[in-house]
Amino acid sequence: MKTIRLLRHCVLPAACVWPAAGFGQTLDSGDTAWLLTSTALVLFMTLPGLALFYAGLVRTKNVLSVLMQCFTICCAITLLWLVFGYSLAFGESAVAGLVGGFSKAMFAGVGVDTVSGSVPETVFAMFQLTFAIITPALVVGGFAERMRFSAMLLFSIVWVTVVYLPVTHWVWNAEGWLFVMGFRDFAGGAVVHVNAGVAALVAALVLRNRHGFPSTPMAPHNLTITVAGASMLWVGWFGFNAGSALTAGGAAGMAMLVTQISAAAASLAWMSMEWIRFGKPSVLGIVTGMVAGLGTITPASGFVGPAGALVIGLAAGVLCFLATQFIKRKLQIDDSLDVFPVHGVGGFTGLILTAVFSATAGGLGLPEGQTMLGQLGVQLIGAVATVVWCAVATFAILKIVNLVVPLRVSAEDENQGLDITLHDERGYNL
Amino acid sequence: MKLITAVIKPFRLDDVRNALAEVGVQGMTVTEVKGFGRQRGHTELYRGAEYVVDFLPKVKIEVALSDELVERAIEAIIESAKTGKVGDGKIFVTSLEQVYRIRTGETGDQAI
Repeated sequence: MKTIRLLRHCVLPAACVWPAAGFGQTLDSGDTAWLLTSTALVLFMTLPGLALFYAGLVRTKNVLSVLMQCFTICCAITLLWLVFGYSLAFGESAVAGLVGGFSKAMFAGVGVDTVSGSVPETVFAMFQLTFAIITPALVVGGFAERMRFSAMLLFSIVWVTVVYLPVTHWVWNAEGWLFVMGFRDFAGGAVVHVNAGVAALVAALVLRNRHGFPSTPMAPHNLTITVAGASMLWVGWFGFNAGSALTAGGAAGMAMLVTQISAAAASLAWMSMEWIRFGKPSVLGIVTGMVAGLGTITPASGFVGPAGALVIGLAAGVLCFLATQFIKRKLQIDDSLDVFPVHGVGGFTGLILTAVFSATAGGLGLPEGQTMLGQLGVQLIGAVATVVWCAVATFAILKIVNLVVPLRVSAEDENQGLDITLHDERGYNL
Repeated sequence: MKLITAVIKPFRLDDVRNALAEVGVQGMTVTEVKGFGRQRGHTELYRGAEYVVDFLPKVKIEVALSDELVERAIEAIIESAKTGKVGDGKIFVTSLEQVYRIRTGETGDQAI
């Protein structure tokens, strides 16, 4: 049953492998080895890739708070995944394509020899876990330098449960309503980037701006570690996109290639925009462009060709640059680390462009009987549904968490810095 | 005895140090500071967020001198620290009441 549903969405079955578990096919050691590697690469993206990227962007007095947030999220979400996370995302649908049930809670039924597709289910579950970890970690950028640690922890756990798990179920579970509709999100444009971007924006609006923003200088305290982190993100992203092929072969190869092209194109596009607009290219600009390019190609990476990736990358660099200026300078919303304009706008754009470039510029094609316009409609529905659910739920969760523990630290603590006030530690004792 | 405090541009430190050594000054204390006088700050740009940074990095040199050396030392500092552009710095001369060498207990001009 599931096999037939799968093939309906693919022109070339080999090139389109969806992460629906429980096929009971034969184990392939090549696929398994690659997915094991990809899992490590994607975890590396969070620890220390994203952690360092963010850490360098905040002020010295808050460097540890960001590292602590990323690290703690990794640990907490891991346990959440074990207890019910994997089940609600990838278990049998409990509520008609909206969310899974508890059939796989505590990894029930997942043993050493259980197979999912052509890999052990443990490996598939681990791979997906790394996505569930990086998504809330990305949201950190929206409330950096002012959120209470306890509130952040509670928020992250509830948010993953209420937002991330259902959306994952919609998009990547064979019974999910978006999957069934033919929604294409290869590696997490909606599940990871739109979700994280929208949540960060909502959080930035609910928590409100940092004291002194935007008049007080809040320059990144250490761009060297930001660039180091960004570099780790680039390399790790091969696990993110090429790993999402779930196979070691042509699909993974093409995904890796288009990922690289998009990253490079977007980097140069952002750098050029900056050069034209502000007179000088900056290193922060080029790495941000890179992230935009990677985020935007993410949903498209299994469906487009190199030429399409080039256009996607250039579009990402330009659009995300303009979006960042708009949010920061025009609207003056303190999405501290620009999560919404880079990941939110990027992911959304990538989802739309997936429809366009699946069918053109060397794309891998659309499902049998589907037109570009038709696919565009499906992409739009999925993207908008994600935005709406995420925005509404994030807002509600923040408001509820605030009743239990105040979201924001006091003005005095914020001024002193979170490292000292929340953790009794100093990042640098030089 | 006098205490000379000079605030100069950081990249001039080596020149000043050498110039002072030439006029016979034995030692000094150097601190990294921030400051501004008439020199305006510069603008930094991070993802479109523009900041005017008022405080500029400077170096503060403190030298204890016997009265005879003061004039030559000041000349040496001014000549070696000057660039001719705004922000070159200032020299403050204050009276030094007493000086002690910790190792030997010497005081006054013997301790400088």
